[in-house]
Amino acid sequence: MTYIAKPPLHHPSLEKNALGFTRRDYEGRISTLCAGCGHDSISAAIIQACFEIDLAPHRLAKFSGIGCSSKTPDYFVSPAHGFNAVHGRMPSVLTGANIAARDLIYLGVSGDGDSASIGLGQFAHAVRRGVNMTYIVENNGVYGLTKGQFSATSDKGSKAKKGAENKDSPIDLVMLALQLGASYVGRSFSGDKDQLVPLIKGALSHKGTAFIDVLSPCVAFNNHVGSTKSFEYVRAHNEAVNRLDVIPPRAPIKAQYAPGELKEVTQHNGSILRLRKLEDDYDPSERNSALAYLARKAAEGEIVTGLLFVDPQARDLHDSLNTVATPLNKLTDADLIPPMAALERINAGLR
Amino acid sequence: MQKSLVATNDFVVKFANVNGSGSASANGLFAKVLLRMGVPVAARNIFPSNIQGLPTWYEVRLSEAGWLGRRGGVDLMVAMNPQTWDADVRAIEPGGYLLYDSSKPLPASKFRGDINPIGAPLTELIASNFANPRERQLFKNICYIGVLAHLIGLDGETLKQLLREEFKGKDKLIQPNLKAFELGRAYAAENLPSIGLRVRHADKVGDRIFAEGNDACALGAVYGGATFCAWYPITPSTSLAESFQKYCRMLRTDADGKNRYAIVQAEDEIASIGMVMGAGWAGSRAFTCTSGPGVSLMTEFVGFSYYAEVPAVIFDVQRGGPSTGMPTRTQQSDLLSAGYASHGDTKHPMLFPAHPTECFEMSAAAFDAADFFQTTIFVMLDLDIGMQEWLTEPFKWDEKRKLNRGKVLTHEDLEAGVPFGRYRDIDGDAVPYRTYPGTHPTKGAYFTRGSSHDKDARYSEEGAVYVEGMNRLLRKWETMKAMLPQPERRNAKRRTPDGVIYFGSTSPAMDEALASLEAEGVHLDAMRLRAFPFPDEVFEFIRAHEQVFVVEQNRDAQLKALLVNEGGVHPARLVSLLHYDGTPITARFITREIAERLRAGQAAAMPEKAK
Repeated sequence: MTYIAKPPLHHPSLEKNALGFTRRDYEGRISTLCAGCGHDSISAAIIQACFEIDLAPHRLAKFSGIGCSSKTPDYFVSPAHGFNAVHGRMPSVLTGANIAARDLIYLGVSGDGDSASIGLGQFAHAVRRGVNMTYIVENNGVYGLTKGQFSATSDKGSKAKKGAENKDSPIDLVMLALQLGASYVGRSFSGDKDQLVPLIKGALSHKGTAFIDVLSPCVAFNNHVGSTKSFEYVRAHNEAVNRLDVIPPRAPIKAQYAPGELKEVTQHNGSILRLRKLEDDYDPSERNSALAYLARKAAEGEIVTGLLFVDPQARDLHDSLNTVATPLNKLTDADLIPPMAALERINAGLR
Repeated sequence: MQKSLVATNDFVVKFANVNGSGSASANGLFAKVLLRMGVPVAARNIFPSNIQGLPTWYEVRLSEAGWLGRRGGVDLMVAMNPQTWDADVRAIEPGGYLLYDSSKPLPASKFRGDINPIGAPLTELIASNFANPRERQLFKNICYIGVLAHLIGLDGETLKQLLREEFKGKDKLIQPNLKAFELGRAYAAENLPSIGLRVRHADKVGDRIFAEGNDACALGAVYGGATFCAWYPITPSTSLAESFQKYCRMLRTDADGKNRYAIVQAEDEIASIGMVMGAGWAGSRAFTCTSGPGVSLMTEFVGFSYYAEVPAVIFDVQRGGPSTGMPTRTQQSDLLSAGYASHGDTKHPMLFPAHPTECFEMSAAAFDAADFFQTTIFVMLDLDIGMQEWLTEPFKWDEKRKLNRGKVLTHEDLEAGVPFGRYRDIDGDAVPYRTYPGTHPTKGAYFTRGSSHDKDARYSEEGAVYVEGMNRLLRKWETMKAMLPQPERRNAKRRTPDGVIYFGSTSPAMDEALASLEAEGVHLDAMRLRAFPFPDEVFEFIRAHEQVFVVEQNRDAQLKALLVNEGGVHPARLVSLLHYDGTPITARFITREIAERLRAGQAAAMPEKAK
């Protein structure tokens, strides 16, 4: 379907956000993924989230690696620059761009092959550094583009389409991100837009590393009986710990809730994360208890979703590097070239 | 006793030490005294890939004539390492001198009859004056400098002045160093004769500085506007990143302590170059520094940079390969792996600095070139030029110089209606225009990818579209030829059918070799290459000579391979002179090899002429 252009015309009655953009201003090219692919739902959720938080589309910078998921940045927010890097190495490219141009909003989209296998190292190190970004893994447990090999997030005992059983232990990227210091961690399901859109909105508004693992069934190679990443399996085992609403900075607070059932977290940019508890003993402000909870539920075969951890006061890589507020790519010759006298002093010191 | 060497301001002193024993600062001081006395010096550290306990050497060549290459041979050995004693004694030229620690008697079998041993009881002298074991170890070094001062006539006052400068801020160290120096000097003055090797004041240093190529590149990166370094530690490139840190702290820190730069020690070389790609794409000047193994790891991204046209600068401080090879030895053996890095049809510009001053200049120039051509520029150093202090012209910068950011469309350009297509050849030089991310709300965005793409950066698998893009990259390659540093040609005093091509750290040895060949009546036209791709002038030079020697420091004649491949030169016209044992090439080697081959060539040609 690649060659069908989307008409640029907008219906005049389309809803506009605070910046005057319609939802269509956040769209991209027509997807070339399989019909029914979970990834397309995630792209739609990204579009919705960007629209709803009033993000100027060109202030987003999109990054991906290689694989089905990594094709998707072409399918949302066309007015943003995009970078489709080499396999497994998107985190380093995003890190470099973020260091150069700190005034943009960074979104990395990757897959389970790209982030848990070939790119596990780069994933881990970008999280460790606290790069200010939203990092979404579209997790389907399988290599789609090369037709159905297991990926490193496949559960032990999960069956491939042709019946082979996965013998290796899975990598849980959510647990890993928590251990490595990610300051916003969520998990969701491509089939649950109501849960996913607020999670992405909260992540894009977060300062620090925001990681979202999105289970996104592969309709072509991993949606059969025996797979633990199929639509049916994920629906049956999905256990949401909370429901999230994200209120943009300065937005009027409309609804009234009874005290006790809601927790509000104000993020660095002034946005408010409003969390409605679904699971009594879950506290997303405690990293270690979140890890323990996730480990317990994983052993029971449950897939825990929702906003699993958030530290609203996190520091990011620019804090560590102590860089100037002006983005490095906007520094002028006068900011960069030292005076002649300095060179003379250096020469003198070398004699 | 045989003849004793006699020379003034023209000899080689070598210090044999154990690494980690603190000898480096004393030995460095020795070289600096000579420079302050106006005597040109070429100094080289020969060190192991180890922190403590293995042999290390420091070789100082004095040359009033100003030859800065390694000469080869040793006239005075300061033998402080029992492990390497036998080999060190063997290395001394007949009639040369051996300074050793005579605190414990050594059997006659440990010496040679044709050299002059000079014993000084260094351990005893120090032990009777210092109590602390670490002090005893450290001050023995400055003590032998004291002995040398008497033996060859170093200027004691200059040395003391240098000591005071060296330890400024660590004043507690000045007095014991001066004391140890005096102990050695006084002992020698009372007990030892002066020797045939002498130093005298000269005026041959001028305003030159003593600098390392890595340090010079780092400074060049600061002046060249680099704001980001992502790197992974690897010998012999590590000091480049460390120097960048040092100079940025000094020159790029705001009054409120904020940094106008960023440095990230990445998890590996792949991440280093990935970060550089991201930053370069976003419009910051970024670099990484590495050595051969790192280049191997970076190749996929280098190919990406070539095809997606993303600026980057890589400083490759070459070491002995292949594999881990000889990490602390020098070679020029990454030309093919850097120049043709990555799968598919790719090639990448390389700059070849010949001395630290040129390292500074080419480093800054590399960032302009990377931004203009939107590709990876390799700056090819090696351990010899990168990690050794060379006597070199002071660094200069034209105050009026502007950073050339290349073809970047701004918000104003886009607003004014300048059309944008990421890979369109608007100016006929095959160099396209780009935009930084976030430039304009509706115009100028594009999708960067390593998969094949059309002129507007859209994915395409169409053969014709692909070929058009690849051919434009070839035309861009042609554009580079005239815009990168041009070769330096030096004609012989007489017309000659013979030429020689060389590059990089071979240069000082070549200067000396050409002079000594000329003195023997052997004339060669010479060309020093300063960049790849090679401009036509290089191939004209080859065509204008019957044979051209290609001098390089690797086994497989990699420069020759590039010349043959890029210029269609017949391989037989190019005669390789290859030096690849990990030590820097010497004038003696080049002179001998060229002279022998020319003689052999004449001998072979004789019967022809007789016919």
